[in-house]
Order: sequence, then structure tokens, then C-alpha cells
Amino acid sequence: MNQPSFSERLPRISFERRLTAPWWLAWVIPIASVTLALLTGALIIASQGVNPWEAYKAMFMGAFGSGFGMAETLVKAIPLMLAGLGVSIAFRMKLWNIGAEGQLWMGAWAAAGVGLYLYPAWHLPPWLAITLMMLAAMLAGGLWGAIPGLLKGVLQVNEIITSLMLNYVAISWVLYFVDILWRDPGGLGFPNTALLDRAIWLPKLTWIPFLPPGNRVHFGLIIAIVAAVILWFLLNRTKWGYEVRVIGENPEAARHAGMPIVRNIILVMIVSGALAGLAGMAEMSGVAHRLQRGLSPGYGYTAIIVAWLAKLNPFGVLLVAVLFGGLLVAGDQIQLTMNLPRSISDILQGLILFFVLGGEIFSRYRIRIR
Amino acid sequence: MTESNVQQSDIAVEMRDIVKRFPGVIANDHVTFIAKRGEIHALLGENGAGKSTLMNVLAGLYAPEEGEIFINGRKMTFHSPRDAIEAGVGMVHQHFRLVPTLTVVENVVLGLDEPRFKLNLEEATQKIEALAEQYGLKITPDAFIWQLSVGEQQRVEIIKALYRGAQILILDEPTAVLTPQETVELFSTLRSMAAKGHTIIFISHKLDEVTAISDRVTVLRAGKVVAVVEAKDVTKEKLAELMVGRPVIFRLEKPEVAPGQEVLRAEDLHALNNKGLPALKGVSFTVRAHEIVGVAGVSGNGQAELSEALYGLRPLQKGKIYLNGQNITKAPTREIIRQGVAQVPEDRHKEGSIGDMDLAENLILKNYRQPPISRGPVISWKYVFDFAKTLIRRFDVKAPGIHTRARLLSGGNLQKLILARELSSDPALIIAMHPTQGLDVGATESVRELLLQERSKGAAILLISEDLDEVMQLSDRILVIYEGEIMGEVPADRADRNEIGLMMAGARQETLNHHETVAA
Repeated sequence: MNQPSFSERLPRISFERRLTAPWWLAWVIPIASVTLALLTGALIIASQGVNPWEAYKAMFMGAFGSGFGMAETLVKAIPLMLAGLGVSIAFRMKLWNIGAEGQLWMGAWAAAGVGLYLYPAWHLPPWLAITLMMLAAMLAGGLWGAIPGLLKGVLQVNEIITSLMLNYVAISWVLYFVDILWRDPGGLGFPNTALLDRAIWLPKLTWIPFLPPGNRVHFGLIIAIVAAVILWFLLNRTKWGYEVRVIGENPEAARHAGMPIVRNIILVMIVSGALAGLAGMAEMSGVAHRLQRGLSPGYGYTAIIVAWLAKLNPFGVLLVAVLFGGLLVAGDQIQLTMNLPRSISDILQGLILFFVLGGEIFSRYRIRIR
Repeated sequence: MTESNVQQSDIAVEMRDIVKRFPGVIANDHVTFIAKRGEIHALLGENGAGKSTLMNVLAGLYAPEEGEIFINGRKMTFHSPRDAIEAGVGMVHQHFRLVPTLTVVENVVLGLDEPRFKLNLEEATQKIEALAEQYGLKITPDAFIWQLSVGEQQRVEIIKALYRGAQILILDEPTAVLTPQETVELFSTLRSMAAKGHTIIFISHKLDEVTAISDRVTVLRAGKVVAVVEAKDVTKEKLAELMVGRPVIFRLEKPEVAPGQEVLRAEDLHALNNKGLPALKGVSFTVRAHEIVGVAGVSGNGQAELSEALYGLRPLQKGKIYLNGQNITKAPTREIIRQGVAQVPEDRHKEGSIGDMDLAENLILKNYRQPPISRGPVISWKYVFDFAKTLIRRFDVKAPGIHTRARLLSGGNLQKLILARELSSDPALIIAMHPTQGLDVGATESVRELLLQERSKGAAILLISEDLDEVMQLSDRILVIYEGEIMGEVPADRADRNEIGLMMAGARQETLNHHETVAA
């Protein structure tokens, strides 16, 4: 009589919210997600006529298989760590700061200003100049973060849009200095400033064992680790960190507890921007030693992925940053040795984020098929 | 009652061995439910007993995992509410399914297949008026929903079901939003519907109503049917015992305490609601130490705004608030908390707790700024954990430990957690909004007892509740609020339900027959 309709014959898939998740799920889901991302990436690599297994092996060996590779991985990880920490604290409060890239550039710019002009003009001792460069970078990045923070806190303007758009403003602003105002007259027309005085480069960490001599790992690594410890302490041990977490989890409950929400929105955006600014200073003073075009290949954006994959845990950020630093180094590696486009590493970044975000649903919901 | 007593042809609804599971719970565990034609059948049970689930199955909203449904003897499989409506089952939900910007007629015909193309609203209007006439439902067909009171909106929902030819009408806690007078009206409508052969299924946890209106009662407890009884053969006490599973004491010990000094004085409060419309229009009252002042009223008459304004969460346009003689009108919430004002918020989950944080972190929400919880900028977790353990024990919060996340607690335990936090500071004033809403009988008892204990200890308590019984039972004085104004004040020992009901519907005390002054 009554034929079941098409939709009734399909298996019914329903999502049921989990109240509790088994402990192993927290490990199985990310591992499975990354594995699936790599398998999907393998298809893309294979489509380029390259054996994916060989490509992955080359990537892994390139990034982690040698002392030199490891050192380069750490070099790339440093800005990711600092910017990732910055992004993570904003995300804790559900402030979607997409502006780490711009805050990083502003930090690099302010630090370069101090290093190139104040340091020689005031005859500062190098340690003081480096400290001032760090403070200037944090100030500039923090102020750049404060703009979307103020707009969000006072006028309820969406911070995703403002922080993202300010990236373009920041980069254009800095390049105006690089190309015109601060351009190195002896630079043979290259778009960069003069080199910083060697005395105010962030010192190299030559004492780390296993790393080959002449590697580029610099003091920024120490700064990042210290920043992570401080951030962890602030979040977990202080009244302010408690406020940030409560506001992030349930702003209405925070309001009922009399927490200063607007003030914290602005403050967290400043801290977030300051950390990203520090990333810019470290990259400028520790690696490039000057302000130049292409100083950041998008560290501020990759930092968003890093923070998210680390589940906003400061120490997790350090770890994930190393993995993503490795991915960047591996991208360069396979371009040279396997004749694959470097953008493969961008594709892998995207795939990993995609699968990890998608996988999160399994930690919060149980899928039932009837 | 056995099945043989029921004539086969009398049976309008038969649900047999219904099983419906949700993650972690069996909401309906082999439930068999039978309702006869022309009867008013109450479905009684505590919150979480599975009443609404069972009726949502009957209304086609949930598909049961096991079991069968027969309507008028015919086996049915409902894939959607539409199937259920076609079979003559209509449901009036607790939260109405109406579009505020459309008129009554438009809401009634919304979603119907007929007419197929051109709306014939005049015809629909006539049909609605005929139905309204037939069942004594007062309704204005061309009024917009947003213009109607909650009681009127409920009538629209009933008309909507009748318009679709519902022979079986399910009402989910219909009196929760009504004044006593509106309840009386609803009951007379339901009786006339039953007399015309409709089957009314009435979900409730209020015993007075169940005994007042129903012919038969099915009692559910923890997903199972524990009894099916004739309403005339059973006492309220017996029903309560069936529902809860143990004898229930109805009278709370309310010790005689003389009120002390004035703690809270509100003078001429004016405030806007979230839409920018006046929500409080000149509210004035006082609350003294050792005193519970109840605020009765139908929901949405300014209670939420009053609670927020007193707690510094909503700016006042006009008026003054004094706490122990000090002007706190413009004080921020943080300062009001520091002055010893505790709050039991309306929404336990959204306002009162942080679901993904643990119990310890939830317990310090109001005092994390004070030593010894924190010294300088640093929180002493060691102290916090001790503090939390003590409170959990003292307030009997049932949880595996202080590191359990708050959202895993049941409603009653979460409310105890909130009370533990709010009362731990020995507050001078407690603003309690719907403190027992949605709680089972046991938890309700302990929450009420806690409030009475605080009263004995000397707290001033403002009790805002839609549950008139609760207000009458706990309060020393009762204020009735209607559209942001206090309609009148009555001492609880001379309170008359009828008088309060009229004030809840907007009558001013001065205009009512003042029998108490006459008597005095």
C-alpha cells in the first residue's frame, strides 16, 4: 500500500551529543585526522607523478632527519610559537584574532626602527637596545591588536573582519618604509633596509647539542619558551586568567559575576598582539637581521592553525609549532629534491586543519546510523 | 486498572511497550499508555520522568525504538508530526510554535496543504470563529500574535490543533504560564472538548490540577509507568507518593521569626527591556532581614529585569536602590556582590554556571577576588579545592568529585551547587529567581529548606517565582507584578489566591474588594 518514500529508505544518521568521552578518544581522533589528511595529501602528490611514500619520507628526513634540518625547523618554529601563543590567548576568550600577521609585521617594523635609528643615535648598549626592540615590538603589535579589541569591546564590531583587514594595512605600512623611507641606499635597489648592527642581532644558541655549527637557531626560542610558561601561569594561576577563561566559556555567567568584560576584551587583544609583535621582532632581529619584503611567509596565518591544533594550550603551541616549522622546511626540501611545488606544504597545512576541525565533531557527538 | 475494563471501541490512543532512549538514559522504558475517547487523562510525573518524551512520540516528533501505537484501534507509524496530525493527534507544546509577526488566522493556516494556491483567509476566519464559539475559546482572529497575552496565545495553539481536526489533544504543562483565572477558563474549555468526544491528554506535575481536572491519571516515574488510576479514587498524597516513590511532606517548617531591619529598599525603579521598551515602570518595595518577600506574576512582566536591575546588570533609567541604607543604585555588579548580595539566577546553565569548567572553578565565581581564595593576583588553588570540598559536602551536591564538569550535574545538583556558592558568603540579601523551576520534588524541598534556613539566619530574601504555590508557601509578604508595576502587596498569612490571580492579570489592589480591611 504505502510505499516508503526515498528518504525513509535511506539509513537514518543522527548526531547525538556526548556527555562524556572515553579518555582514548582525545588521542585517537587527532591521530586519525592527521593520518587521513596525509592520505589525502598522498593522492595530490601522486597526481604530480611522484611516489607519495618517497615524498613523505623526504619531507620527514628534510625537516627532522638531520641536525641541520632540525635547526631550520626550529628557526621556522620560533615565529609560529610566539604568534601561536598570541592567537591562543585571544581564542581562549573566543576572540577570533585573525590579525596576528599584521601585528607581527608591526612588531618587526617597530623593532627595526629602534635597531636602525635609535640604537646608533643614542649610543645604547646592545642588551638595552635588544630589550627596547622587544618592548617596541610588543607595544606596536599590542596597539595593532588593541584596535580590533576596542572596536569589539566598545562598539561590538566583528573582530574577525577588522583584525583581518588590518593585516593588509600593516603590511602596506611596513612596505612603505621598506621600499621608500628606510630603504638601504647601498642596497643595490633591493627592497630592504640596511642590516642591523651585528651586536643587536638576537644571539645564536650555539650551545644546543646535536645541532651543527653555523645553524641559525636564535634566542627567540628562549623567549618563546619563557612566554609559554608565563602565559600558562597567567591563565591557570591568576585571577586574570580565571576571568579570561570564564568569559571565554560563558560570558553571561561572567557578567553575573561582575567580571569586567569590555576591559578584558581589549586587554587580551593587546596581549595577543604583543606576542605576535614579538614574533616579528624575533624574525627580524634573529633571522633576517633587517626589515625586508617577504619577512613573514604568512606566519601569522599559520599560527592560527597552530593555536587551534594545540587546543590553545601554551605548551601544545610550542610542540605544534615545531611540527609546522618542519612542514615549512619540508616544503622547501621537496621542491629541491623531488621537483614538487613548494605549495604542497601549504596544501598539507590546509588539509591537516580541515581534517582536525572535521574530526572534532566526533569528540563531541556520537554518530548513530539506523 | 486492567485492560478488560476498557471497552475496545472506547480506546482512542493505545501506546504499547514504547521504548525511547537518549544518550545515557532510557526516557521511556516499555511504557504502555491508554487513553479513552472523551476523557481527560493526566500524565503525571516529575521532571525527567519521560512524560514529554512519551507525548512527543505520540505527536510524531520522536520515533520510538520499540513499541506500537494504535489510534482508534488502527496501528500507526508516524514519520513526522504531519502524520500524527493526519491521524487526529494535536499537541500544544510548552513553548508555543507561533509566528509573532503574523495574525491568528495566518498562524492557524500556516503549513496547511489546503488551500493549495490562493489563501482564503475569510473562510479560515469564519471557521476559526465557529470553532471558538463551539468550545468557548475567546479569540480575535485578525490580531497579531505579539499583541496577545500568553493565555491568549495558548488558545491560538488549541484552535490550531482543532482546525487541523485533532480528536486527540495533548497539552504539555499548559498551566505553567497561566494566572489562576486563566487556568479555570482553560479547564472549562477542556471539559467542553471532552464532552464533545475529544480525548485530552494533560501533562503535569502539579497534583492539585491533576485531581481537579482529570478522569484518569497515568503516573510515570523514571521512564516507567508506576500506576494508572481513576482520579476520583485517589488522594493528592497518594499521587505524590506514586510520583516520587516515597511519602512526601507537604508542609514546610516555616519558623516564626520577627523581621529585622530593612536591608533592601527599591524606590521607583524604571528600566527598559532588551527591546528598549519600558519593563519596569516605577517599582518600589522593601525587604527586611529575616523576611522572604515573594514577587508573583506571569512570566515576562518585568521579573527578569527587576532581578537584573537589583544586581547591577541592567541600567536604571530612574529610581534608587539602597542596601543597608547605602545607595547602590549605580554600583557595578562586582561591588554589589562585595556588599553581600547573592543571586540565584533564572537560567542555571546560561547565567549561573560554566558547564565546561569543574565544580571547584564554578564555586569561586563570586569570591575569586577575595582572600584567602586569591592573594594579590594569584589564586590559591589549594585553598580553593579545600573550600570546594567543604561546600560540596555541606550542601550535599552529588558528584564524583570537585573536578567534575558542571554540565554533568543534574538540574537539582546544579542548583545546589549554585546555592552552595551563593550562600557560602552569608549574604545579607538573596535575590532568588525561579529557584525550584524544573527540579524534582526532593531537590525542590531541599532548595526551599535552604532558603528558609537563610531566613532564620537573618538574610533578606527576594523570591521571584512564577509558581504561585511556592510564593505563597515561602513568603512573608507577597508583591504582585504586572507589566512592570506592582499591583499590590499582601501578607502571606492573609493571601487569597483569587485576589492574587486578579492582580496577576492586571487588576489593582485598590480596585478589588478589600475584604481584609473590611474584616479588620
